[in-house]
Amino acid sequence: MSGGFHIVVCGSLVPDPLQTLEPIDGPNGPALKNEMMLPAVLDPWAGHALFEAAELAKNVPGSKVWLVSLGPKAKLQQLMMSIAQKVSFELVAIDGSAGGFTDPFDVAAILADAIVKIDGLDRSRLLLFGGCASASRDSGVTMQMVAERLDIFDQFLAVDKLTMSSDGSMEILERIEAGRYQVSSCDGAPAMLGWATGSLPEPPNNPQVGMMNMRTVMPALQKAQTAQIGVGGLSYAAVELPKQRRETRVVKDTPAEVVAQEIVDWLKA
Amino acid sequence: MDKILLLAHTLDDGTLPKGAYESLNAALKLAADLGGAAVTVGLLGGDVQSAADSIAACGAASILVVSGEDFATSRYSSDTVAVEALVKEAAPTLVLAPTSSRFSRCLPGAAYRCDGRIETHITGIKVVDGTVQVQRWYYRQRMVATLSRAQRPWFLVIDSGVFEPWQGAAGTADVKALDIAVDDSCRRTRVVGVQTPDSDAQTIRPDAKLLFVAGAGWTKKQADGQLHIKKAEGLILDFINNSKASLGSSKSLVDQSSEGEVISFMSHLNQVGQTGSTPRHPKGLATCCHGEEPHTVGWRFISERRAITLDPNCGWAQGKADVLYVADAFEVIAKANELLAK
Repeated sequence: MSGGFHIVVCGSLVPDPLQTLEPIDGPNGPALKNEMMLPAVLDPWAGHALFEAAELAKNVPGSKVWLVSLGPKAKLQQLMMSIAQKVSFELVAIDGSAGGFTDPFDVAAILADAIVKIDGLDRSRLLLFGGCASASRDSGVTMQMVAERLDIFDQFLAVDKLTMSSDGSMEILERIEAGRYQVSSCDGAPAMLGWATGSLPEPPNNPQVGMMNMRTVMPALQKAQTAQIGVGGLSYAAVELPKQRRETRVVKDTPAEVVAQEIVDWLKA
Repeated sequence: MDKILLLAHTLDDGTLPKGAYESLNAALKLAADLGGAAVTVGLLGGDVQSAADSIAACGAASILVVSGEDFATSRYSSDTVAVEALVKEAAPTLVLAPTSSRFSRCLPGAAYRCDGRIETHITGIKVVDGTVQVQRWYYRQRMVATLSRAQRPWFLVIDSGVFEPWQGAAGTADVKALDIAVDDSCRRTRVVGVQTPDSDAQTIRPDAKLLFVAGAGWTKKQADGQLHIKKAEGLILDFINNSKASLGSSKSLVDQSSEGEVISFMSHLNQVGQTGSTPRHPKGLATCCHGEEPHTVGWRFISERRAITLDPNCGWAQGKADVLYVADAFEVIAKANELLAK
């Protein structure tokens, strides 16, 4: 690929999976109780997209990675303290809600607008990366609508592997039903890839990478544009925690063959 | 008056997936709840006539089809063009479709092109005072919301297992074929084929009656102080083959794939829970799993749940499983395999 790829990764923060979440009625629709206080992590599938982007950029000379992130500025700054040590990227920060109850249509518009404004971005070489779904809204629709707004019509979802050829063409493995992969070839950029787990482990922290990134992260946070983002056209009638708790029958001090027989009988019932 | 478009695509063999019949049933029920809204069916695929024939008696006002070589495979660019054409022809207010990898990829873009909005992973639809409300989960199945929208067309992508499949006699369907031109810009992507992950066996079976979840305990030291990973592999594989179960895994087990000796046929595709899938099966059996609420969301849509673990206070099972067997899974599964093999 002559000149390398311009890889834009869309990804933001979600509450740490180990946190207990409770919905509340906020002034602008549903929200999470103590949302600003909850520890946050990079959205897992977006994280995989970022790591894959960094690896691709490392292997294709001339490539560059941007991370476009919509979230409360203060929380983005906290997130960057950990993420910025993982891989090299340039941050494009947008100050606004990262909550799951926002309208993905509006989120897509904000992200696309921010991407269009990236200085020096060559959209003919653009690979748009993101997670196949977020761990907040879990809708799996935002990346496709961002790509549509950017006139990107080669799109792939739940990607686990991307193999580049020297001529810039790509082979993509997407998860499909029954644990299988659809294998596609694409002529090259521009394209959108919504990543699933990918095939790379989480990179270890590298303080040097962190120091290099933070030179651009802090200015990016300072000049982050504020985005008015809310529930948009959505009207929520209720948001509730599931209340179902089962009465668990505990079977102990029972021989394995008896347990096995009970399980087999249950399976065959 | 609302107009409903039910979208479905064919499988490689020309049939409709089970989810298509479920969504058809949902569309017909919704139409009735809306006081008799018209239902149009839109089919997409290589050759869709036999699929159309299978739902000939469903009572749809019309069946629109987009078919041909360009639509035989699942590709964003051509699928989006096809769906956009079907929506423009039918002019619906509501578009219902089953969740599938193909529709998950293309429908958001198609909704955008139609100036519509889209909700996915729908787990319930009802009409309240003439307003359509849908139910879906947020934060990876940790809370459930009931919501509506005013914008139309509104695309609703329905999860499998929520509605009963439509059943009716096959016949000869009178279809209206839309002539869609696909130019070379839609052919930059070519589907090369389908590949199964590196595995000796097909371990993910969406239509299985049982989800068998294997946790990290299978790879821990056992009572004799030794690891028995090969033995665990054999027991698990025999069990899912004997019981025709689908294999799920906890995150901690699949994450071990980068940490040395692991269960060879386990991959991230098997992972259930917050960062994996939340499959729907009538029954679930968890073995050697451990974890609290965030890790057990893989259970959310399993109707009957049982667990085998050595820890009677296991957070995966207490309050979440119907029956908790405090027992050694190695011994129990070995015995169960003997019984199932008879």
